[in-house]
Amino acid sequence: MSPIINVEHLDYRYPQQAADQLTLHDISFTVMPGEWVAIVGHNGSGKSTLAKNLNGLLAPAAGKITVDGQVLSETTVWDIRKKIGMVFQNPDNQFVGATVEDDVAFSLENQGIPRPEMLTRVRAALAQVNMQDFATREPARLSGGQKQRVALAGMIAARPQILILDEATSMLDPRGRQEVLTTIREMKANSALTVLSITHDIDEAASANRVLVINDGEVKEEGTPAEIFQHGESLIKMGLDMPYAERLKAALKRLGVQVPTQYLTEKGMADWLWQLRSNK
Amino acid sequence: MMNKLIFGRYIPGESVVHHMDPRAKLLLSFYFIGIIFIANNWPTYVLLFAFTLAAIYLSGVKWSFFINGVKPLIWLILFTVILQVLFSASGGHVYFQWGIITISQLGLINGVYIFCRFVLIIFMSTLLTLTTPPLELSDAIEYLLMPLRAVHFPVYEVALMLSIALRFVPTLMDETEKIMNAQRARGVDFGEGNIFQQMRAVVPLLIPLFVSSFNRAEDLATAMEARGYQGGEGRSKFRILKWHARDTWATGCFAVLTIALIFLRG
Repeated sequence: MSPIINVEHLDYRYPQQAADQLTLHDISFTVMPGEWVAIVGHNGSGKSTLAKNLNGLLAPAAGKITVDGQVLSETTVWDIRKKIGMVFQNPDNQFVGATVEDDVAFSLENQGIPRPEMLTRVRAALAQVNMQDFATREPARLSGGQKQRVALAGMIAARPQILILDEATSMLDPRGRQEVLTTIREMKANSALTVLSITHDIDEAASANRVLVINDGEVKEEGTPAEIFQHGESLIKMGLDMPYAERLKAALKRLGVQVPTQYLTEKGMADWLWQLRSNK
Repeated sequence: MMNKLIFGRYIPGESVVHHMDPRAKLLLSFYFIGIIFIANNWPTYVLLFAFTLAAIYLSGVKWSFFINGVKPLIWLILFTVILQVLFSASGGHVYFQWGIITISQLGLINGVYIFCRFVLIIFMSTLLTLTTPPLELSDAIEYLLMPLRAVHFPVYEVALMLSIALRFVPTLMDETEKIMNAQRARGVDFGEGNIFQQMRAVVPLLIPLFVSSFNRAEDLATAMEARGYQGGEGRSKFRILKWHARDTWATGCFAVLTIALIFLRG
């Protein structure tokens, strides 16, 4: 299987930066179709810049980006944008439509899809994110989580192959975050969707197949969530929170309890604790 | 403060007037303002009032909204009426004369006519905005501007601007409120002191609002581009307007009204 996203030696510099200062430096990675990759890193590490490079919203200074066999260039940029759906951070600022259904239809309108098909697609997409009762609501009367679900519905209707979440859950409360993540998991289960999520959220990173750690515009580490979560307290330096099991381990360690070094899920941690007591 | 504003507000409803095509409503409202000037005697004004009140009755909107619609303009109306009464040329019986000021029978009648005209125009335009969601109005304006494409007027772009502007009005109002409260919490007094102090107090509200609007515009443009927006050409439309039989009937009613007015005209 060939990778759906292939980034080779990507450099990016903002126009106001000096020649030796790069926001992204020599970034290379590949994403396979159907994979969920989380990109983590502290603020200002270049994650969002990377996301905007992938669909041509920003033009790289050097390097090559290939999406689904097409090399990103000025002629292919609109084709590539059709394949990539992006959900941004601020739910208010990306809501283009005057009502929920208008917003979901916006990408379809841009692609010139005939109206009867738009109607069925918009209805199906709203049903999938469980927002069908809000179809004619205005954005001012929706919560942040609902607006992000509408943004996702817009992506479902447009049927991209790749979904990029640029800190899409960072302005939501824990419940809104859960709603959005559940919707994305369902979307992934229903289609061969590739997800690239840029995040500080531990649950979102834990949902991924692979985690890329970016620091100062360079890929510092790459591994499964379990491998990355082993880092314990240095996770905070990477811009991620510590998982609950890791925090518990750290607290136990301070109390002098011998804890396993490998990453354990909450369930794994519970099993280990049960064993610890019964061995005595 | 904004809640008192009747103009531009929409009252949801299920009446015949609500379900009319916004193009029909917009055009007929403008047409009505035009034919008001045909009226020049009592029977014609009575007919116009009867027609307007019937339209209001059909819409099912509360009368108080219309009265409130007239209220903010009442001083302008009275001012015009009084000028008309005091300075119009004498005709009929003269009740009072002093210098250039003349109160005559004709002047008084003209004053009442002008009052009626104002009230009719305000009633009809209030009816339009109360029964039509802003979004439908912007659709109607887009449709009616279509012929201007022949002279390369960017109709799609203007329509998109209008719809985005309308969509962001409540968002920006909320933000204004938030900034005002944030500045109040830091000791800014809004609406106090003399006019210059009040104007200076607006600056810490206006500048953050400006900056945040730029940020919003930037984010929105990025999101639109990421979703494949390449300009107005080649787009299909999700919302379409439908002309129903009731719209044809309404147009018919206005035609009958016009004929009746011309007939009754003195």
